Amino acid sequence: MSAARRCSPPRALAGLFVWRLKNTGIRQIPCQFVQLCHVANDRLITFQYFNFLKRMYVTQCNKDLSQRAKPKSDSVASPFRELQQLDQEKKVIHKIRPISPVHQPLPEASISNELREMKSAAETEDSVAAVRVEAKGDRQWKEMKLRLDDLPGILARLSKIKLTALVVSTASAGFAMAPVPFDLTCFVLASLGTGLASCAANSINQFFEVPFDSNMNRTKNRPLVRGQISPLLAVCFAASCGVPGIALLTLGVNPLTGALGAFNIFLYTCCYTPMKRMSIANTWVGAVVGAIPPVMGWTAATGSLDAGALLLGGILYSWQFPHFNALSWGLREDYSRGGYCMMSVTHPGLCRRVALRHCLALIGLSAVAPVLDITTWTFPIISLPINLYISYLGFRFYRDADRRSSRKLFFCSLWHLPMLLLVMFTCKKSFLEKEDKGDLLGESHGRAMEIRLP
Amino acid sequence: MAAARVLRGGRCCRRRRLLSSSAGGRPTVERGERQESAGLGFSPPAHSRNDWIGPPDKHSNLRPVIFYVPPEESPLERRLREARQEAQACDQRFWARHNRAFCQEKEEFIYSRLKAKGLEMRDETGKKATLNAEEMADFYKDFLSKNFRKHMQYNRDWYKRNFTITFLMAQVALARALRWLRWKKKNVGN
Repeated sequence: MSAARRCSPPRALAGLFVWRLKNTGIRQIPCQFVQLCHVANDRLITFQYFNFLKRMYVTQCNKDLSQRAKPKSDSVASPFRELQQLDQEKKVIHKIRPISPVHQPLPEASISNELREMKSAAETEDSVAAVRVEAKGDRQWKEMKLRLDDLPGILARLSKIKLTALVVSTASAGFAMAPVPFDLTCFVLASLGTGLASCAANSINQFFEVPFDSNMNRTKNRPLVRGQISPLLAVCFAASCGVPGIALLTLGVNPLTGALGAFNIFLYTCCYTPMKRMSIANTWVGAVVGAIPPVMGWTAATGSLDAGALLLGGILYSWQFPHFNALSWGLREDYSRGGYCMMSVTHPGLCRRVALRHCLALIGLSAVAPVLDITTWTFPIISLPINLYISYLGFRFYRDADRRSSRKLFFCSLWHLPMLLLVMFTCKKSFLEKEDKGDLLGESHGRAMEIRLP
Repeated sequence: MAAARVLRGGRCCRRRRLLSSSAGGRPTVERGERQESAGLGFSPPAHSRNDWIGPPDKHSNLRPVIFYVPPEESPLERRLREARQEAQACDQRFWARHNRAFCQEKEEFIYSRLKAKGLEMRDETGKKATLNAEEMADFYKDFLSKNFRKHMQYNRDWYKRNFTITFLMAQVALARALRWLRWKKKNVGN
């Protein structure tokens, strides 16, 4: 076969080329690049080298060389609930002009130059036009072959790693607010267990929703939708995260936290996910799912489900409504077409009322915190401005019912929660004060002295 | 086949299985060859031993898959491949029809609303007139409630298919692993 005969010259040239690059000491090119060179087949040549934040692809197609600069879009994606990619990836296509090898060419130009030489040596007419495989690119046919290099990225997207990070941080907030001495080991184990449980739940959620995700703009680039990973692998990954995660929580922390974690996974995957397509009550179930992690953090620290845990859970529960209802306001078309039962589509008035109601509830819950001895009275006072602001935006959303007010409310909710939790932590009532209050003199002071030592 | 087309999307899978089993009209694929992919405008390279997934279909937004048929395909693997093909066809049919209905009804809604307001479909500049999100909200609510039962049925079918296919994948993976282990043992023994 002519194709087989043409195997050797490009590979030899590729080998020479790699040797030359190595000798010129271009350190940016990682080992993967070398590996890619060696496995390049005679029909297509794809090179990838890393240039700090950008990835440049030099591809051969239709006997033309083109260099495509594609900025990495992952870093600008919203950490919460995967916002629609409003800024599209910018593609810049440059035509590489032939550069005389006498000059000192830049690395990019030298690569393209070498490619031109190799290409002219190994030219095939029919197969190249037919087979166009690019490393990235939505419009191309791709081989469904899992590459180990891509696996971490794929699993990160499958487990919604950014959302998981947020969940772990709310659990950490719950742990931090608990009125007990800080135990680092317990904290780490609880955070790890919660993170693993969240990864498992998110993976199963994506496993259940493939055709629906394909039809919504917000979710159409998920790994299972794009065929980057098989459903079996997704389930195995979920199991391999969920089982150790819950085991870690049950055995390493305490059984109550483990039970809460398992219950949360069940609630999210088996209740919330199917309910999304059946009834608007899914939003309330989803709010409970969001409220459980801080409760888990608290129970991990104290070992019991106190009023404080429920209050923290209540704050997260109330927060979910302005956050989600505002977000869903702009997605009504996708929800309607995709068959999702959301308040914003079926009961728009209720949607806005509930959002406002829960913004106001946040003020009330913040006021309850000092009553339960979780924080000092400074907390409701300091948090009043931000709570009033989000309530104001909630009111505007209720009254105006337009896209602008919904977006304002949504973006406010993104910074409101971290700030509220931070203020709560700074206003945390030291458990030392509580001990002093309730204890007798003498020995209690001695005990207090002991605790005060670091 | 004509009967299959007339069926509602949600029930299509069950009937299709019945039809194919009664008529015996399962498309036969030569071992070692690719499934027919002429309609998709792409043929994978001959040397590739994997499935290929394409860009989203413009009607259904689902990505078509061209399945590879290995020459030594076992009956279990064949069952898996056919289940996946069937699921793909079902999903494609449902979503293409559903999305087309959505677009069509949306156009009709916009037209009727514009007419009620006394406006034309295109304004003075020739641009297509649209309604804002608040006006469209009535249509979205209506469309969702109209198609609720269709979605319920599709959901049930989709969950069933998804579990079946994943379970078959697990069986195939296990069978392959056992085969590999037996081969390894044989080689180590030699």
